[in-house]
Order: sequence, then C-alpha cells, then structure tokens
Amino acid sequence: MADAAIDPRELLPPDEPVHLLDPDGTYHEDPDHPIDLDDAGLRELYRLMVVTRKVDREAINLQRQGQLGVYASCMGQEAAQVGSAYALADEDWIFPSYRELGAALVRQVDAAGLLHLYRGTWLSDHDPYKHHFGLMSIPIGTQALHATGFAMGARLDNNPIVTMTYFGDGGTSEGDPHEAMTFAGVTKAPVIFFVQNNQYAISVPLEKQTAAPTLAHKGVGYGIPGRRCDGNDVLATYAVTKKAVERARRGEGPTFIEALTYRMEAHTTSDDPSRYRTQAELDEAAKTDPIARMRNYLQQRDLYDAELEQAIEDQAKEVASYVRGGIYDAPHGDPMELFEHVYVDPTGHFDGQREQLRAELDARGEG
Amino acid sequence: MAVTLAQAINQALHDAMAEDERVLVFGEDVGKLGGVFRVTDKLQETFSEDRCFDTPLAESGIIGTAIGLAMYGFRPVPEMQFDGFTYPAFEQIVSHLAKMPNRSRGRVKLPVTIRIPYGGGIGAVEHHSESPEAYWAHTAGLKVFTPGTPEDAYSMMRAAIAMDDPVVFLEPKRRYWMKSDTALPVQTEAPHQAVVRREGTDVTVFCYGPMVRTALEAAEAAADEGWSLEVVDLRSLNPLDAPTIVASVQRTGRAIVVHEAAQTLGMGAEIAARVQEHAFYHLEAPVLRATGYDTPYPPAKLEEYWLPDVDRILDLVERSLAY
Ligand SMILES: Cc1ncc(C[n+]2csc(CCOP(=O)(O)OP(=O)(O)O)c2C)c(N)n1
Repeated sequence: MADAAIDPRELLPPDEPVHLLDPDGTYHEDPDHPIDLDDAGLRELYRLMVVTRKVDREAINLQRQGQLGVYASCMGQEAAQVGSAYALADEDWIFPSYRELGAALVRQVDAAGLLHLYRGTWLSDHDPYKHHFGLMSIPIGTQALHATGFAMGARLDNNPIVTMTYFGDGGTSEGDPHEAMTFAGVTKAPVIFFVQNNQYAISVPLEKQTAAPTLAHKGVGYGIPGRRCDGNDVLATYAVTKKAVERARRGEGPTFIEALTYRMEAHTTSDDPSRYRTQAELDEAAKTDPIARMRNYLQQRDLYDAELEQAIEDQAKEVASYVRGGIYDAPHGDPMELFEHVYVDPTGHFDGQREQLRAELDARGEG
Repeated sequence: MAVTLAQAINQALHDAMAEDERVLVFGEDVGKLGGVFRVTDKLQETFSEDRCFDTPLAESGIIGTAIGLAMYGFRPVPEMQFDGFTYPAFEQIVSHLAKMPNRSRGRVKLPVTIRIPYGGGIGAVEHHSESPEAYWAHTAGLKVFTPGTPEDAYSMMRAAIAMDDPVVFLEPKRRYWMKSDTALPVQTEAPHQAVVRREGTDVTVFCYGPMVRTALEAAEAAADEGWSLEVVDLRSLNPLDAPTIVASVQRTGRAIVVHEAAQTLGMGAEIAARVQEHAFYHLEAPVLRATGYDTPYPPAKLEEYWLPDVDRILDLVERSLAY
C-alpha cells in the first residue's frame, strides 16, 4: 500500500527554478524562500565566492606552471557551492566530488592541502573529521552513497546532523546516486543530493545526458522531492538548501536539488572545450556571473564599498599566495610512505617489499 | 555439541553484536528471513531492525552506505547475497573501501566486514557458484579471509569484525552445513596465519575455504597409496602467511595448490611464485595446481567435472612424485 502521506505532486519540482537575484542585483522576495542572513552573512557569502575564484585561478596558473598535474576548475559555480554549503551547520557533513573547491573553502579546508590531490603528492591531505568534509571523489557519483550511509548512521544514533553530497549532471546517469536515492528514500536519511547542473559532463551536453524534463524530476521516483534553483544566484542556492536542511533535520528525509549553473572553464586543464562549445555560448553565460550579481545586490543595499572590496581583494590575494607557497614548498612525498596507512594492522603484509624499495632507494642514492 | 559452519557464523555475528552495539548487519533478506542461507537467523529479532536490516536490492548501495556508516563510527557487516552479485559493488570495494584509509593517510578507518558466500558444489544456477577471491586478494587495502572449518568460521569472523581494516570474508557455501563437535565461543589461530591441518612428508597440499575438506579427504585416500600428504589451510588470502607456506615446502619438497577458482592468475599462481622465490633449492618438482578451468563456471550438471576433487588432487600427487 502506498504511503498516504506522500502526495506525488509535492515531490515534483516547481515549474520555475527558485530565483531571487537578477543579474543586475535586483532582489525578488519569495515568501517560501526567506533569507535569514544579516548584513555580515550576506557579505560573507560574497567574500567566500571571491576567495574561491581567486584560489581557483591560482590553481589553474599552478597547473600551467607544471606544479599541478591537472586541475578541475569551479569557475562559474561559486554561487552553487558557496550558497549551498553555507546553508549547513558546522556539524553537518559534506561529501564532495573533485570540483567542490568553493564548498571546501566554506568548510575552511586548507586549500593548499586540498590541491595535493591534483599535485600528485598525496591523495588527500585534510582531516575529514575536523572539517566534516569527506575526501574528494574522482569516480563519478560514488560519494552519494557515502553521504547516505553517513546520514543513515546519524539517524540510527539520534544525532540531528544532515549530510549533503555534490555531483554533476553527468553523475545523475551513474548507478550509485540512484542507489543512494533509493536507500535515502527508504530510510528517510537526512541527506541532500545537490546536483550542480553545469550543462556539460566533459563534452557531453545535458540533452545527451538525459531525456528527463529536468534533473530534479529524478528524485520523484525515489519518493524524494525534486527542487530547482538558479545556481548562479547565491541567495537562491542558500535558501533552497536551507529548506532542505530544515526538512532533513525535522526527520522528513532527503531532498534532491538541481542548481542550474554553467561551467565557465574547461572541464579540467586537460580538456579542449573549443571542440564542443562556442565563444558565443560562453559570452552569453558570462552575463549571469554569480559574483558580479551578488556584488550588484550588495551595492544596491549599500553593503558594498571600496573598503570592503579592498579587504576582500587583499584576503583573496593572501590566500592565493599561501596556496602557491604551500604547493611550492610541499614535500614531494617520502617513497617509504607508500607502505603506510594501507592497513591499520599490517600483519604480514609487504613481505620483503619494504626492504626492496629501501634497497632500490639506497642504490639510487636516495636512501 | 555439533555446530554447522553456518551456525558458527551466526553465533559469531550474534556475539559481536551483543558485545559492541556499533556492529550492524545488513544486506538483502538478512532481516526477517535470516538470510538465504539463514546465516543471519534471528539477529533482527534479537537486536532490532536498527541493527540488522534489509536493504534495497542494490549491491553498490550496500557497500557504499557501509562506507558512510563506518566513517560515522559504526562497524558494518554487510552481506553480499552471492559471489556473482558482488560485481555491481566492485567499484565501491576497490576504489573506496580499500583505498580511503590510505588516501586519507590513516585518518579514515573503515572497519567493514563484507560477508560473501562463495564457491560452487551446491547445484546452483548461474552466478551463484563463483570464486572471485583473486579480485579481492589482488586489491591492496583489503584483507581476505576464508574459513574451512566451523571453529575458524566463528573465530575468524569475530576477529574480522574486531579489526579496523576492511575485510572480505568469504564463506564456503557448500560447507555451510558441515559440522564440528565444538563448543562456541572458540578461539582459533589468528586469521592471518596459515595452519597445518595434517602433517605429512611427501607433498604439501595448499588449500582454503571449501577445498580444505576436499584436500583432507585426498590426504586420507593418498595414505592408502602409501603417500604422505601435508595439508596447509591458508585461511587468509591477503595477507598470505608466506613463512608457513615456505616452511612446509622446505619439509616436503613438493607442493600442490588446490582452489575452485579458474587457474590463470588465481591464488595458485601466487603460491607457486612464493614457493619458488623462497624455497627453490628445496623443490623436487614444479608446483602444480588443481583448480577450476579457465572457463565460466559451468551449468550445475557439469560442475562435478569442473570442480577440483580428490581424484584431480591425487593425479597431481602422482605427477609430482614422479619427478
Ligand atoms: C565512474 C567514472 N566514469 C568516468 C569518469 C571520467 N570522467 C571524469 S569527469 C566526467 C564527467 C562528469 O560530469 P558531471 O557529472 O556533469 O560533473 P562535472 O565534471 O561537470 O562537475 C567523466 C566522464 C569518472 N571519473 N568516473
């Protein structure tokens, strides 16, 4: 018997994505999506987006200088990431893909450490338990299950935390997010599936990825409400996520959020986007830039002045130079650490292999 | 008291859950039904649906959420209903479960024990008789255990659950009903140790899981021919207890490896390599392998021709002794 409490119409995404800020910064009030931030909070959203872009730019430069092997930029997606991550409480957890620099910075994850994944020194450098921020996941969509399992654990433990996982439009085609939604729907796990629809999975555009009316419709089949927001509007991503967080915290279960955004940069620094998209498309997308939009809004509200601009610019520069230093100075890794942290209890493992590497290093004069 | 291997595992799960409330058992049909082999019988009744629950039918989902639960602080013991249905979870096991502790430089611990009934010999349909152990044993970051006796089933399961490393626990399904006169709880050797099940002087037979009993039967039959076989139960496929393996071959000078899985790149290849690396001058004959064929697992009516049995082992004993 179907659960009478679920009205399928409530699961369906609304016709129009939630949109609160026009590109010129004009704010449209939406009683369903109130903004509960004070002036400092509004400025903080803006600051986080600016710093994210600066670090992102720095990472691209570092890649061009050969300091990073590859890098996946989040330029253009700052509002989607910062607004959504900011809507969580500190004790809530985030399970990211490889692109969530903005969300990581909200969580005060050390950006230089984060880039080790791309530098090739360490696979990951931050402590997930300190930041409540999981390891970046390169296999697409797999982290959705970790977020769901973690949320199931919290629920079992009567711990009122919420988890949120990010994946892309391409990720919605993989099996794991669907299994995650199945589990989350059935267990009413307090998890939010936050999809950044940046229009491309590498070169594949959305219309070749799905025939669904919108990605948000994908929640419906799992008993999960689908929601949509303008992903370049930081107030909209914040407000929609906040609602999902409150719903999850009330024990009502998961929400699927689709944020409509645009990937301004190449998929990664190894990609050549000129093969699949035009300059005209890019120019069009640039008009909806999330950072300019929020700045326009702050200006309209007299919350923005030259002093704030200078302070944020200085701080962004400082973080970028810290990241550069962190990357330049980072140890390249001790080869003997290869054998570390593979097992908690390495009984009988690496029989002779450690000695072999040691001998090889000695022979190369690197011992 | 006679206990079957399945009961021993059930008791181990029960005792682990009673001792530590962070231990969770979940999978397809493990709750009310008690598992298709009844290995999780009554756990839900005893410990509530929070701690022993039926999941949706989604293997990647089961292992992926186990990872999240373990990160949270639980000690999940998920079940894969059958060997042939672990493949949808392959990515979660290989890319995340095995690697995340290493990727996080030890900060994330994933004390997950994946139970997998494996192997053939029960006349099952396709995908229900596979021996995927080499995939897991080849994956750094996983430990792979497989008991061959009810006592080991109990003791090794308890040890696996208590470990902070992820363990793939392979249960020899055709031995689920094998009985031992034993009183539980029982503590056997540490799981990473191989055990000499029968001492002998002519040839060492290396075996594990379902083939332990077959190898012991072969040793019995060989004695009638005047051949003395030593039977070594590996118990752990990763890590491998190389010292015990090597010491046995140093005593006998001859070795045969028995496993159900296909021959090419199976555990036999690894044992043979270890033996010739460490006991080359003790060898009187090449290391031989009694295994399944390099074909897909056959239909049930043909499995007796496919699976290694006492005769296949004895033929190799004869060949080994002829060198
Ligand atoms: C399981 C898996 N298959 C393929 C890839 C290769 N790959 C890396 S990124 C990517 C596209 C992902 O697109 P999307 O989910 O939209 O996320 P985005 O990169 O746009 O953030 C692909 C196919 C992968 N990393 N993992």
